[in-house]
Amino acid sequence: MSEYVVRRRVYFTIYAILIACTLLTAQVAFLDLGAWNTVAAVGIAAFKAVLVILFFMHVRYSTPLTWLVVGGSLFWFGILLVLTMSDYLTRGWHTY
Amino acid sequence: MLPDTAHHHSSALAHQFDTIEQQRDATTLGMWVFLATEVLFFGGLFATYSIYRVWYPDAFGAASRTLDITLGTINTAVLITSSLTMALAVHSAQVGQRRLLMLFLVVTMALGLVFLGIKGYEYYQKFVEHHVPGSNFQFAPEYARNAQIFFSLYFMMTGLHAAHMIIGLGIMTWMLVWSWNGTVSREYASPIEIAGLYWHFVDIIWIFLYPLLYLIGRHVHV
Repeated sequence: MSEYVVRRRVYFTIYAILIACTLLTAQVAFLDLGAWNTVAAVGIAAFKAVLVILFFMHVRYSTPLTWLVVGGSLFWFGILLVLTMSDYLTRGWHTY
Repeated sequence: MLPDTAHHHSSALAHQFDTIEQQRDATTLGMWVFLATEVLFFGGLFATYSIYRVWYPDAFGAASRTLDITLGTINTAVLITSSLTMALAVHSAQVGQRRLLMLFLVVTMALGLVFLGIKGYEYYQKFVEHHVPGSNFQFAPEYARNAQIFFSLYFMMTGLHAAHMIIGLGIMTWMLVWSWNGTVSREYASPIEIAGLYWHFVDIIWIFLYPLLYLIGRHVHV
């Protein structure tokens, strides 16, 4: 078999980081950081998601085609968010 | 016709593939294409949430503070733990440890049920507090209308997520049967890997739902 078998120690390490990040984000949420609260919350969530994708879902060890599909799904989600928000956030702009 | 040994070394190899490695790469790719559609399926709800959150930040904060952060945090840990046991199930399948594979599948399912149980209790609390959108909805008057939008999104997003969890439990039951009857083997661990991708994806959705629904209003002390 040529498939890459991830060592269990890697899974336990990633798990520890994920749990630590969960506790961290729950604590940070109570600090008043203004607009940075959302940045911190979504940033930590994105970091956790990347760890799950790369290690638990084996993308780190996958074919370039898999990378392309994963990246493509995130890129299209980005289009959905950016174009939608660029509409809604600029509706109050009057040019007259 | 020349005999093709590659097509006969494993009963798990479907006839359209040359090698088991090619078959595994193709199934993995197929699952990721499906997950890409799932990203955009949930993506529509995340986009809707973003618009209303920008429009009504105060109402969203006030509504978010009524959710039970302790239960939300525990459930996040429960789901991440189930992802660990799922990853260990995949590892067990790849190295051919069938009993360990079945044990980890059962633990993963049990953690999934714990998650759904806690979620169900939270739903029950919301019904008791009249926080379910509709004619019985009660909330601070200045936020009542827009808090209903938050709770509509809360029930829609967590409900769609819970539906995925229930489907995941069905898939895990299927995988348990295939592990038990020997369909899944060291040579043919793909079904477990694919089921694992689905389970981890559902975990990732929750990783984003948790801060967006439970944490956004906590820094405002009222």
